[in-house]
Amino acid sequence: MSALTVLADDQFKAPSPDELFTFAPIIPGVDWFTKPVLLAILSSIVVIGFCWAAFANPKIVPRGVQNVAEYGYMFVRDQVARPFLGKDADRWMGLLLTLFFMVFLWNIMGVIPLLQFPVASHIAFPAVLAISIYVLKVYLGVKHQGAIGYFKNMMFPPGLPKPIYVLLSPIEFLSNMIIAPFTHAVRLFANMFAGHMLLAFFSMVGFWFLFEKLTPLGAPVGVIGVIMTIIFTGFEIFIQFLQAFLFAMLASMYIGGALHAEH
Amino acid sequence: MNKAATLLAAEEGANPLIPHTFELVVGIFSFFVVLFVVGRLLVPRIQKTLAERTEAIEGGIKRAEDAQAEALNLQKQYREQLAEARQEAARLREEAREQAAEIRAELREEAQAEARRLVEAAHAQIEADRQAAFAQLRTEIGRLSTDLAGRIVGESLEDEARQSRVIDRFLDELERSDAQAVR
Repeated sequence: MSALTVLADDQFKAPSPDELFTFAPIIPGVDWFTKPVLLAILSSIVVIGFCWAAFANPKIVPRGVQNVAEYGYMFVRDQVARPFLGKDADRWMGLLLTLFFMVFLWNIMGVIPLLQFPVASHIAFPAVLAISIYVLKVYLGVKHQGAIGYFKNMMFPPGLPKPIYVLLSPIEFLSNMIIAPFTHAVRLFANMFAGHMLLAFFSMVGFWFLFEKLTPLGAPVGVIGVIMTIIFTGFEIFIQFLQAFLFAMLASMYIGGALHAEH
Repeated sequence: MNKAATLLAAEEGANPLIPHTFELVVGIFSFFVVLFVVGRLLVPRIQKTLAERTEAIEGGIKRAEDAQAEALNLQKQYREQLAEARQEAARLREEAREQAAEIRAELREEAQAEARRLVEAAHAQIEADRQAAFAQLRTEIGRLSTDLAGRIVGESLEDEARQSRVIDRFLDELERSDAQAVR
């Protein structure tokens, strides 16, 4: 970073989180309506529209968009739902497919030209999903294992020497009841946040050294910035998909754990 | 309101882990709308279609298997029928052969009996003819002899008793000489 600043003669300034993640209202006066909000609403509309086009009137022999959406459905069913839910998978596919498609759309917004902002990099959006899953998890756990049984199964897995429980029980409680929902949301948020920072940084380098201040010394740095932007965009698409998959998979795991005691 | 938002934004800028209230609201809203439309309305439809597809494929396989089983069954049936028919034909042939042999034997028997009967009848006829001829011959010869004798000796042998006695005696002699000659 210091080398860059020296090269740019103190004029290049790396983008700060404040600049990248704070938005003024799109319509002055309507404070809540900012770019992330717009993109979140847009994501919902796209997911609904896509699923409606594919699944509203499904055919036995699929055509066009139904093929694509079925591919997504099969992926979520076979990779996300079935490994953790087994025969209950179909019952939870509605939720898991919604989670996967929504998170994926939120994420992919980060690389769609002109939009270029991953909705999930604002903690509020992942938090909503994570909290919903958390509430559902506790509700299902209490419903299927009983209030006492749920906590007993969680904190006192059988078959361990007694003194271990002194150490294990608080850890299990903490990890399941407090840390899990937090990491569930933060993992997604932080990945998108960091990814967006990286992309913004490299594209800023390219833009600055090739357009704003084109100098013989700075031009190679600008070229590197452009190349890195391209590479990282590809990488970011992969991460965005991976995080959506992971988010849905963790939700599936939590639901599965609540339905049946793990031990 | 404006001021509060700016304050919140400023605060958020410092700590990205603090969520915006309005984003939470929008997030909840958009999530549950999508969850309802996609999860509640659309996913059951595709699940139904997928189940139907599985059904259709499995049904097709099942139908094909059934058809194959039926064809094999029919083939087996035909084979059995064919074997049965062959066996039946062989049995009939055998029966016919036996019957033919029987009929032949019977006919032969009958023919032999008939032949025997004919021979016997012929024998009887011959015997009867012989007897008749012999009786006729006897009277004829008697008459001829008496005529001859009468003529020779010139005397009338009208007397019935004498005549008869003479003839009998003559015939007895004749018969005796006849038998000797036959022997």
